Amino acid sequence: MPKDEGLVSWKNLAPGMIILEAGNSVKFKTGDWRAFRPVLDKEKCIKCGLCYVFCPDLCYTKDEEGYYICNLYYCKGCGICAKNCPRQAITMVLEEEV
Amino acid sequence: MGEELAKKIPIAIVEPLKIKKKIAKEVSIAIAEAVAQCRVDVISAYPITPQTHIVEHLAELVNNGELDAEYIPVESEHAAMSACIGASATGARTFTSTASQGLLFMYENLFIASAFRLPIVMVIANRSVSAPISIWNDHSDVMSMRDAGWITTFAENGQEAVDLVYHAYRVAEKALLPVAVNIDGFILSHVIEPIEFLDQELVDKYIPPLRMKYKLNPKRPITMGAIGVPEIYTEAKKAQDEALKASYKIIINAWREFEKLTGRRYQPVETYRMEDAEVALIIMGSLAETAMNAVDFLRERGKKVGLLRFRLWRPFPLKDFLKAIGKVKAIGVIDRAISHGATGGPVGIEVRSALYQSKKRPKVVNFIAGLSGRDVTVEDFVKLFEKTYEAMRKKTNFSYEIYGVKE
Repeated sequence: MPKDEGLVSWKNLAPGMIILEAGNSVKFKTGDWRAFRPVLDKEKCIKCGLCYVFCPDLCYTKDEEGYYICNLYYCKGCGICAKNCPRQAITMVLEEEV
Repeated sequence: MGEELAKKIPIAIVEPLKIKKKIAKEVSIAIAEAVAQCRVDVISAYPITPQTHIVEHLAELVNNGELDAEYIPVESEHAAMSACIGASATGARTFTSTASQGLLFMYENLFIASAFRLPIVMVIANRSVSAPISIWNDHSDVMSMRDAGWITTFAENGQEAVDLVYHAYRVAEKALLPVAVNIDGFILSHVIEPIEFLDQELVDKYIPPLRMKYKLNPKRPITMGAIGVPEIYTEAKKAQDEALKASYKIIINAWREFEKLTGRRYQPVETYRMEDAEVALIIMGSLAETAMNAVDFLRERGKKVGLLRFRLWRPFPLKDFLKAIGKVKAIGVIDRAISHGATGGPVGIEVRSALYQSKKRPKVVNFIAGLSGRDVTVEDFVKLFEKTYEAMRKKTNFSYEIYGVKE
């Protein structure tokens, strides 16, 4: 549910806490669970897009230059992108050390 | 013989409009026929003693083409409740019935049914819980689901059981909450009683077709059963809790409507000879009929005793209860289930808790009696009244006593 948009009063919940709107999980900020953040080294990146393919949360999108950029609003920091990167262009860095 | 008898009765004393047809039926069969009258769409059940006759008869009605419903012969009670949840979520009127281990097997789904706000109706033919294995009657099965968020009613006799089934659909679909109607296994389920059914026309008036605002429909997709993260779980539960509390008015109104249609009056807390009573017993279910005889017996001997019975158990009718106790000095609460390690039986705990919020503070003693179908006779009830009188004179409250246990 849209916790990023502040708390919802119990009075405004649909009966049975059903969700009437399709695809509203985009509002849900999953990124605040993250302990490690993927940091991309553009020097090493070959724009192969494997990070985009493997990301379980579909966080990656292509920018104008062709690089795949991680959307930190959703990224949970699982590290799958870093593990699958054939050039080790992605490093997982502790949030506190970014 | 009936005709001869009818000739002997002067017609003038019988008001023609009040002649109603009573049919002798086994209560289980009567319940099944009432469910059929409610025009259920889906029945999903697994047979278990002593509920079997209810679901068998429904299966028969469907098989014979007398009832246009889907009968799902599931592989377990867990599946029975799951199928009810699925069917109800699509807006179908659903029914299931179970007892004892069956109820425990569907336990996790009971909470889901109420949290999803699905108007499922279930009849529980109350039976004790294993081990030791027992098929006989007490309330230990239903008491385990008292926190599951279901509207819960208890019948005293067959007529009331049938009437509570009609009432259950009326209430469930207005409150959008599941309803459990409890009948004592064997004592009610297997007894033959003269039953007065509602005419189909009245049933249709009382229970109009189910129209759910939100239901599973591919044309208008919704999500049910989404995750409740810590930020929203509390709010979801609060909303559910308020819905159950708010169902109280719906329950009362549905009984009032029922009275208008049938002349049969029901209230959340039933009282018997409570006016000027100084000592009262509280019991639920069919044993109240036996207890009433004990009340009469003691009243004839000048004892000011009365009886209370919770017909509505959830939501707990606090105000009705406090009003019903009048000015009693002592209450003996008879529980038909043990809450192991607690300060009393489930009803005893509830009653003490209710009184703590009140200025009225009668002495409360708690008995556990009639476990696994052990008889509680009129003599036993007289003894329980005597014990309550005794407790009134004692200083200390005891937590509970298992009545009649062999030492």
